[in-house]
Amino acid sequence: MEKEKLLITSSPHIKDDDTVEKIMYGVIIALIPASVMGVYYFGLHALLLIIASIAAAVVTEAVFQKFRNYPVTITDGSAVITGLLLALNLPPGLPVWMAIVGSVFAIALGKQVFGGLGHNPFNPALIGRAFLVASFPVHMTTWISPVDGTTTATPLGLMKLQGVSTDYMSLFLGKIGGCIGETSALAILIGAAYLLYKGYIDWRIPLSYLGTVAVLTTVFGQDPIFHLFAGGLMLGAFFMATDMVTSPITKKGRWIFGIGAGILVVVIRLWGGYPEGVSYSILLMNGVTPLINRYTRPRVFGEVKNNG
Amino acid sequence: MKTVTFKGGVHPPHVKHATEHKKIERAQLPPKVYIPLQQHIGAPCKPVVGVGDEVKTGQKIGEAESFVSAPVHASVSGKVVSIETLPHPVGANVLTVVIESDGKDELSEDIKPGGDLESLTPEDIKKIIREAGIVGMGGAAFPTQVKLSPPPDKKIDTIIINGAECEPYLTADHRVMLEHSEDILFGLKAIMKAVGVEKGYVGIENNKPDAIKKMQELVKDENNIEVVALHTKYPQGGEKQLIYAITGREVPSGGLPMEVGVIVQNVGTTAMIAKAIKTGMPLIERVLTVTGSAIAEPKNLLVRIGTPFREVIQQCGGFKQTPGKVIMGGPMMGLAQASIDVPVVKGTSGILVLSKDEAKQYQERPCIKCARCVDACPVYLLPTRLSHFAQHGMWDEAEDYNALDCIECGSCSFVCPSKIPLVQRIRLAKSQILDRRKKK
Repeated sequence: MEKEKLLITSSPHIKDDDTVEKIMYGVIIALIPASVMGVYYFGLHALLLIIASIAAAVVTEAVFQKFRNYPVTITDGSAVITGLLLALNLPPGLPVWMAIVGSVFAIALGKQVFGGLGHNPFNPALIGRAFLVASFPVHMTTWISPVDGTTTATPLGLMKLQGVSTDYMSLFLGKIGGCIGETSALAILIGAAYLLYKGYIDWRIPLSYLGTVAVLTTVFGQDPIFHLFAGGLMLGAFFMATDMVTSPITKKGRWIFGIGAGILVVVIRLWGGYPEGVSYSILLMNGVTPLINRYTRPRVFGEVKNNG
Repeated sequence: MKTVTFKGGVHPPHVKHATEHKKIERAQLPPKVYIPLQQHIGAPCKPVVGVGDEVKTGQKIGEAESFVSAPVHASVSGKVVSIETLPHPVGANVLTVVIESDGKDELSEDIKPGGDLESLTPEDIKKIIREAGIVGMGGAAFPTQVKLSPPPDKKIDTIIINGAECEPYLTADHRVMLEHSEDILFGLKAIMKAVGVEKGYVGIENNKPDAIKKMQELVKDENNIEVVALHTKYPQGGEKQLIYAITGREVPSGGLPMEVGVIVQNVGTTAMIAKAIKTGMPLIERVLTVTGSAIAEPKNLLVRIGTPFREVIQQCGGFKQTPGKVIMGGPMMGLAQASIDVPVVKGTSGILVLSKDEAKQYQERPCIKCARCVDACPVYLLPTRLSHFAQHGMWDEAEDYNALDCIECGSCSFVCPSKIPLVQRIRLAKSQILDRRKKK
């Protein structure tokens, strides 16, 4: 009798269906409502920025991987997310070439120099954005009104510089000045609900992040609802602070991460030089994530306290 | 239904439909049996028969000489044709007694009932269990009588019968609970008497509502025995997870269940204890599930110990697809076999044959720190960190991060979207840590 050819590996012999690709494409799907609303409010130039930023991110990733003799993994969707998230964090009137520069920078120096997917300490899209803010401060803070296409200020800018508030409905629907993907809280929440349902993000980070901002702004006599819905907080809380690679792996760590980022946002918004602090709050917390992981190791099952 | 459970764990697909409603069938006697002299954790047995000897069913053919060991018995009547070192499903080659069946299945004269439970002393019960060669039939195959003899300073107050059967595909325990419920109750009472314990539980996952109902009916007049419905989640049948779910006690890190006053026994083992006491029959056959997409007619079979896998598979209609992987046990912790020319042993809870397409090897991707392994670990370890340490030979760090607490359930490897062999690397770390300890 002919011998069967059998595969021998050690257990487990079955694996869950979820893959890195599925998670990445899930995040992309979740970003579609915010992208659509951005294009709806800010027009075709916004769409052009999104396409250019994604294309630049994917090409940069491919070039880098080829150059380093690594397998080209641009189909995993992670570069697409970086490009898309960066675009959603750009002012709608930005010249296209600047978006491309930011996207190349995000992938090259935010991700690939560290070894690619899974190895970057900071959120690559936010690295790209921080680079653009430092390089082109005027362009990066010129906002367009979705109502008439004229130059306007963001609700946070209006509040900080002129003490003018914006009505809740405009904030919620996104008919306000701001980055392409950050203005419509409604669109972001739809995407976030999908991510939570799929289990692709942990609720602890957005809850602790948003909760901290709400509590602290109340404590300092501000309008917490305004602060939750204005600026990039919603987009940041659900789509950037929750980036798996750059946030803590422990549950306690995620609470600390969210609370820390919340404190930083409020400090920057109320006392800092910028009207908005979401990107920096997340980047700073990214920086301490390894430390948070180290000091929030869970108690092991059955661990006996060393007190006798 | 109110259920209890542990923290962490995963939800693999159950895939039990092929056999869960199929009655246990008695397999045909094989022409030859291959009985390894070691089918348990502990010292191998010494053969007490020689080549050419006639043996009868149930006759002892291997004597256990040390405390942690269990004797083995002839599972058919016939002639010993050789005693040689042969492949064993757990891995290494083991000295094996080969018996050619005479087809008569004549019972050995040594087999007589042990008497009723009331008249037996705890020592009698333990002796019967030892002489019957009973070992843990859930897979680990630890000699049962040793488990029932804790050191005198450990006070045991609870016995838990493990009917979780949390491994996907397997239904042998489920069928035993339905078809031999009285034996399980009798076995549990025997164990409680042997250890001197007042409280007994039977824990069953709630994907077996018929078994829960049946066992609950049976114990409704027993005021010290309770049937507990467990939430269906892997590894619910892990000893420490089961004890936690039912009693809320945490077995200390590095310790055994007896440290919290509990002894856990598998349902198959428990039914076997009842059989040994009632009839005197040693462990010469067991129920196992033969299943998987490559098996023509999946079944729950009562198989004589020593029957080659090939023979068992043929009795289930053979292969309907090219087999890709043959696993002894379930898909989460079972052992992949190099060949189907190995015998069924006391710890064989199932033979699972995956098709060529299902027997995949996965391309490992970078860790994206999604922490699903962290959420899944029932021991609350950080598998992604441990895997990283193991990959870089950082054994001190792995030890500091409690690698030795890993129960190797494989939940981490199962959930990993990057298909990283996490538990495999943690196993490496554990063996390195233990090796280094020995050298010190």
